[in-house]
Amino acid sequence: MNKVLHNPLALIGFVIIAGILFMALIAPLIAPYDPDAINVKAILLSPSANHLMGTDGLGRDVFTRMLYGSRISLMVGFVAVGIATAIGIILGAIAGFYRGWVDTVIMRVVDVMLSIPTFFLILAVIAFLTPSIWNIMIVIGLTSWMGVTRLVRAEFLSLRNREFVLAAQALGAKDARLIFTHLLPNSLTPIIVSSILGIASAVLVESGLSFLGLGVQAPQASWGNILTDGKEYIQFAWWLSLFPGLAILITVLGYNLLGDGLRDAYNPRTSQH
Amino acid sequence: MLKYLLKRFFWMIPLIIGISLISFFIMHLAPGDITTSEASFNPKASEESRQKLRELYSLDKPVIVQYGLWVKRMATLDFGTSFASHQRPVFWETKDKDGNITLGMIQEALPITLLINVLSLILIIAVALPLGVISALKQNQLADRGITLFVFIGFAIPGFWLALILMYWTGVQHAWLPISGLESMGHEHLTWFYRTIDTLKHLVLPVFISGLTGLAGISLFVRNGMLEVLHQDYITTARAKGLKENRVIYGHALRNALLPLITIFGLSIPGLIGGSVIAESIFAIPGMGKLFYDAVLMRDFPVIMGILTIGSVLTLIGNLLADLSYAWADPRVRRGVMQ
Repeated sequence: MNKVLHNPLALIGFVIIAGILFMALIAPLIAPYDPDAINVKAILLSPSANHLMGTDGLGRDVFTRMLYGSRISLMVGFVAVGIATAIGIILGAIAGFYRGWVDTVIMRVVDVMLSIPTFFLILAVIAFLTPSIWNIMIVIGLTSWMGVTRLVRAEFLSLRNREFVLAAQALGAKDARLIFTHLLPNSLTPIIVSSILGIASAVLVESGLSFLGLGVQAPQASWGNILTDGKEYIQFAWWLSLFPGLAILITVLGYNLLGDGLRDAYNPRTSQH
Repeated sequence: MLKYLLKRFFWMIPLIIGISLISFFIMHLAPGDITTSEASFNPKASEESRQKLRELYSLDKPVIVQYGLWVKRMATLDFGTSFASHQRPVFWETKDKDGNITLGMIQEALPITLLINVLSLILIIAVALPLGVISALKQNQLADRGITLFVFIGFAIPGFWLALILMYWTGVQHAWLPISGLESMGHEHLTWFYRTIDTLKHLVLPVFISGLTGLAGISLFVRNGMLEVLHQDYITTARAKGLKENRVIYGHALRNALLPLITIFGLSIPGLIGGSVIAESIFAIPGMGKLFYDAVLMRDFPVIMGILTIGSVLTLIGNLLADLSYAWADPRVRRGVMQ
């Protein structure tokens, strides 16, 4: 962690993410308005002391909706990546630990999933189901576990025959114990790095889906759909397009800087001697 | 080499079967049967077209028979005809009995998407390579941090947002660039030279946006690859025997750091094809992404299934080509392959 804090970019990423998490947590406490309250007397007001980020076409306060939207973005990121990481760890551990035909089968499934253009797959699934936040999180999760699987498998393959593992096995440790107390903890750093980078992608995918109208549905606020609503007004209400776009940019940037900094700090081959 | 080629080729068969299983499964995700969901989502669907849908997928037969029949049609590249756009063939042109040719939808859309992706790949290489090398040589210095921050911002900018802003700025406010489609009005009356210029102008924004997004991955990859290679023993040897630093970096390090890029390009194909949805639907470019998006909105099943399958097969071919070029470029792999 010390090493990470010495990398200024990683530190910026950490501060960004911590800040957004905090804002999302206390959103109901600091939000000045009701996120869904329509006010016909306050349509398309530009940013001011009363409405920090202005109001939208229905007179809703954009700052409030941005705050609540941050909860959606964070939740999509965490749940989708949680699903992907869980699947990846289980399949990767099985493949890397037992090897043989199980490994071959799992890796072939990974190859298959990797060759289907993911965004097409997500769009197709969402089109057949109804777009809802839960469906989106599950679909993003189910289509992005392949990287973690490969990673965990590779870690397990390289750790499997190390002395400390063989010693534990010789002492009679069962497979589950070997996997969960010896192999997995030693593979944790790359898993965390890939999860953080995965959250960044998930946030982008969700906002893209919302932008295409296949994401989080109104009246629930998400950064993507605030932006979609805003694009109708881009000529005379720039604030509706600017703030959600910036929020997505800053969040994704934060996750990437943090993830990349972590990777750099823990990769002995690229870190400076 | 021939043996490797054949082996690699036969590897694709189980993959294609897997892809077909997944595509087929997705079609059955819809609640109830796809004809009823189509009816409820797409009011334009007549009883006749629903009946056609049932026949096309043999929905009255058991699932396993349905899959068998579907695979049989896939194997002959018969993706059926579109529901939404007047029964146009999904994949390739057909001739009716009077000899009129109807172009396939994918046949028309695919070259456009490929062109955009090839152009953005060229842009990515031209920019990401130098950035990555500089970043590695100046590791942890200001230049490295600046480049890293820049490419990360490029990655983090939501493409549709940037597209919107650039469209407004260059297209609406200043009218420097056209903002939609691939051809201006009166395009067909121009000479081929001005037609090319016209199309290129339409391509500037989409190519720039998809290139910017892809920059981060490649530039970081080059940076990390260079750093790894620079720590290898043979680099120390090269320096120790007194080679000039330039020679060490460009002759020894860069060549080895670049090799894995071939694989990365192969792996990035599905992302590029998938990423075309947003750019193409914003700029109204009639490529695969827009075709797919429209098909999704209309629930035009034959088109959805056709693009999913063709997109995946293209990815497989891309990966195969990447592996072969890797073997061709890297003698170590080549020899490993031969044995």
